Amino acid sequence: MRNPYLPYPVRIDDITVETEDKNLKTFKFVFLDPADEQKFAYKAGQFAELSVTGQGEIPIGIASSPTEKGFVMFTVNKVGRVSSFLHAMKPGDIMGLRGPMGNWYPWEKMQGKNVVIIGGGFAFTTLRSSIVYMLQPENRKNFGEIHVIYGARSPGMLLYREELAAWEQRDDIHMHITVDATSDPNWKYNVGFVPAIAEKKAPPAGSDTYAIICGPPIMIKFTQPVLDKLGYAHDKIIMSLENRMKCGIGMCGRCNIGKEFVCKDGPVFTLEQLNKTPREY
Amino acid sequence: MKMIAIPKKEWPAGLAKAAGSFRLFGPVKEKEFHSFKRLENGQLPDFSCQNTRLSPKHLVYPQSEVMLTYSLDESRPDHHIMKEAPADTSPRAVLGIRPCDAKAFVLVRMNFDTPDYKDPYWLRAYESTTFVGLSCASPCSSCFCTTAGCGPFHEEGLDVLLADAGDHFLAKVLTEKGAAWVAAGGWTQTADAKAEGRLADLRQAAEAKIASQVQTESLKAADTTALYNAGFWEEVSFACINCGTCTYSCPTCWCFDIQDETRGTSGVRMKNWDSCMYPLFTLHGTGHNPRGTKLHRVRQRFMHKLKYFVDKYDRGIQCVGCGRCVRLCPVNIDIRRVCGLMNGLAASGEACAID
Ligand SMILES: Cc1cc2nc3c(=O)[nH]c(=O)nc-3n(C[C@H](O)[C@H](O)[C@H](O)COP(=O)(O)OP(=O)(O)OC[C@H]3O[C@@H](n4cnc5c(N)ncnc54)[C@H](O)[C@@H]3O)c2cc1C
Ligand code: SF4
Ligand code: SF4
Ligand code: FES
Repeated sequence: MRNPYLPYPVRIDDITVETEDKNLKTFKFVFLDPADEQKFAYKAGQFAELSVTGQGEIPIGIASSPTEKGFVMFTVNKVGRVSSFLHAMKPGDIMGLRGPMGNWYPWEKMQGKNVVIIGGGFAFTTLRSSIVYMLQPENRKNFGEIHVIYGARSPGMLLYREELAAWEQRDDIHMHITVDATSDPNWKYNVGFVPAIAEKKAPPAGSDTYAIICGPPIMIKFTQPVLDKLGYAHDKIIMSLENRMKCGIGMCGRCNIGKEFVCKDGPVFTLEQLNKTPREY
Repeated sequence: MKMIAIPKKEWPAGLAKAAGSFRLFGPVKEKEFHSFKRLENGQLPDFSCQNTRLSPKHLVYPQSEVMLTYSLDESRPDHHIMKEAPADTSPRAVLGIRPCDAKAFVLVRMNFDTPDYKDPYWLRAYESTTFVGLSCASPCSSCFCTTAGCGPFHEEGLDVLLADAGDHFLAKVLTEKGAAWVAAGGWTQTADAKAEGRLADLRQAAEAKIASQVQTESLKAADTTALYNAGFWEEVSFACINCGTCTYSCPTCWCFDIQDETRGTSGVRMKNWDSCMYPLFTLHGTGHNPRGTKLHRVRQRFMHKLKYFVDKYDRGIQCVGCGRCVRLCPVNIDIRRVCGLMNGLAASGEACAID
């Protein structure tokens, strides 16, 4: 069995600044050994440890979709030691990647179902992966209606703006983009907080509809009552957690919520599962 | 398996012989306290020690261990690429480990050896080691091994169990590894027919001396959130200073941190013991901390050992009753008492109601 602490060597292929405050950058990595890309086979919702040699590792959700080949992509917020160092790195630099880790959104269970994605702030990364995955022509027929409610503080803080605009043009996905506030007279989309938009735009609850929520704690706190009001059952509400992590493989002991390790048994849980844990996240 | 008699006068010569094929470790006294160390040429393990102050877990799981190495020197073709650090996995024998500490490795193994992932550092150290246990004839007053899934003559995790029988050791050979170690020492005298009975008597006498107990039978059926929300955590955690002594001295605690350390252009990625008692353990980059108070952290330690572990593995509690945390906690927080509170709440039926 492979040493689970040994990262695959990767090269930074491309870096894009995502947001107007420049605190979010998207990194595209290419594996130095192409055979490693096969070994890194992942599903939408999983994460990886970005290993910045000499600095440390950070757990980051995989933003590329398994349907995109030749690279893997992550969007990283500049927070502390490792992420700040990464923000200062250049295309061509060598680092490492460990993973893929954790479980994924329940693609098997969601076959043939409607999916509503509710995201806020920069937690949209694995949601992008999921949307790209579902919209892939051979996958699209496996899902019913797809709704996306995604909000950020301002238009300039939305991630993947070109892709959002392209998805807006399609008729096989219902986009509900929103910002907290804007002074831009040309803003064509919604204004308001994610929970309020969700209340208006989310499809009705039912045994055939799943909601995936990802966002800052405050957004989750206010969105959950909305979904309750709309009648979503707790086993149909899916959330992804971000506890502090090191090993990513259920061994170092820090990311648990009860007996569950967020890194290995999660990060994806249904609300029904979370209700039974001490909810230390 | 078979029972050998090792005359004490043949012990040093046999160890010298075994040292030819095993690296030997055992308890030695340094200043005030005993600890497990590599034995020097001709040095004997000090069996007068009741038990070492710190557990011998560092033999398999060092407090700091280099996992990977790297170079930041861009003139090298492999710069910034992590490589596995070399390790010495030649056979070794740990002499005089107490049954509780040996059983602890069996529990910890469940964390490091899983169907999905295997920790190569822990496993290769464990697998290259032969555990020669020394049964406890006179257990400490703070030990409660017999109700913690263990005991003074417990055999789980041992390759050989030694019992002091006056002028000789009775050596119960439990595994192939143990047989190889006995062979390397050249001890060949099979114990007489009464040896089994003598061992059983010694065992009974020792078990009878264990004065303290824990009750654990209601923990498994208890509702996790009800135990978590129990009223006693405030009082239990009140005096804790989050020093981490309990977790560092415990043979069944395994939490760790991963750090890179660079000198010049070369460096290592290492694993260091960490503790759930420290606030940094769970602190997010955003400043949010899901276990931000000491109540959270004390509760996590006990809930992990006495509930989460019980539920996850169905192998009893994550404690072997060695009593170290009881003896060393500066403010006398006592796992036996906390276990009693948790089990009591569970038994009362109150912990079955969802809060
Ligand atoms: C499953 C998962 C997915 C994530 N996905 C993303 C993502 O797509 N984009 C993004 O920008 N961020 C994401 N995060 C958060 C990201 O991991 C932290 O912002 C990052 O670890 C901060 O590290 P640092 O070294 O810059 O900060 P420091 O504060 O210096 O942190 C030091 C160490 O603390 C740990 N740590 C600190 N905060 C967190 C945290 N919130 N979560 C986990 N570990 C933490 C890490 O081990 C880190 O190396 C994700 C976290 C998890 C658990
Ligand atoms: S040894 Fe005692 S005071 Fe120190 S962290 Fe453990 S319980 Fe708290
Ligand atoms: S919890 Fe305390 S008594 Fe139990 S094994 Fe650890 S140190 Fe020993
Ligand atoms: S990150 Fe180590 S146990 Fe989850």
